[in-house]
Amino acid sequence: MASTEVHPPRESEELTHHPSPRKYVWVAIILAVVTAAEVAIYYIPGIGAFLIPGLVVFAVLKFVMVALYFMHLKFDSKLFRRLFVTGIVLAFVIFTIVLLTFFLRPEASGITG
Amino acid sequence: MATHDAALTGPPAPEEHHTSTGLDNTKMAMWAFLGSECLFFGSLISTYLLYRSRAASGPTPGEIYDIPFTSVSSFVLLMSSLTMVLALAAIQRGDHRGLRTWLLATALLGMTFIGGQVYEFTTFYEEGLALSKSPFGSAFFMATGFHGAHVTVGILMLLALVGMSMAGRLTVDGARKVELIGLYWHFVDIVWIVIFTVVYLVPTE
Repeated sequence: MASTEVHPPRESEELTHHPSPRKYVWVAIILAVVTAAEVAIYYIPGIGAFLIPGLVVFAVLKFVMVALYFMHLKFDSKLFRRLFVTGIVLAFVIFTIVLLTFFLRPEASGITG
Repeated sequence: MATHDAALTGPPAPEEHHTSTGLDNTKMAMWAFLGSECLFFGSLISTYLLYRSRAASGPTPGEIYDIPFTSVSSFVLLMSSLTMVLALAAIQRGDHRGLRTWLLATALLGMTFIGGQVYEFTTFYEEGLALSKSPFGSAFFMATGFHGAHVTVGILMLLALVGMSMAGRLTVDGARKVELIGLYWHFVDIVWIVIFTVVYLVPTE
């Protein structure tokens, strides 16, 4: 019987947990600073091998902050987070499969000149 | 008992939106859609990574990208996420005037971003980069062009929300509609965060 039970949506409960406008502004300031840092390291001449890891860290930080605070994944149901993370994980799986296919059989992919 | 009572009182009124999970079905559908969009953009970005070094006789990424210009565009789109979430906060307070102000600000920032992209595409085309010129050109225009199309759809939805608010049609579930379109808008912003880093900033060699 319990499986057929219906519930009203928990909209009001969700909305009361959302951050204040002041907190949103702080998140935006942090995002702007991180973007500036991301562009700045691009122009540092001797950064060499640290450039790509640095860029990835900054991009992941911005991605996570927007998802958690602006998209409210930090405050909403975990089910929404799982749906989104599933999409991201599947995207990485596809990317890995494509990379492996292309680099293990480059003659079939045409990526080698 | 709850089920029995529900059966006696008939189907729920439209505004109640009963669900089996306790979560709003439309919001669940939006998150499932955004999850599928990760696959779509993941494929486009993967393709770009594979083909970016194949510029044929056309310009290479290092020769053609204008990083300061794209950085400003990225900043504009990032700030549009702030105005979008402030629009949601406004309608949650019942402030419809504030809602319209922030929605219009978001749409204007989105239009600024699209204007920048049109300028960038035109410049690149004049410098010899075209959709069918090289694998790099195809991959670049497909990834950034589809993102631009998503931003354009988002702008149209924002303007529709402004129109609905002015017509007094954003009433009981107005905050939910704004939240759903906001999720789409923030997703478009998130995709640009990845594109800006992977396509523009990561060096080719």
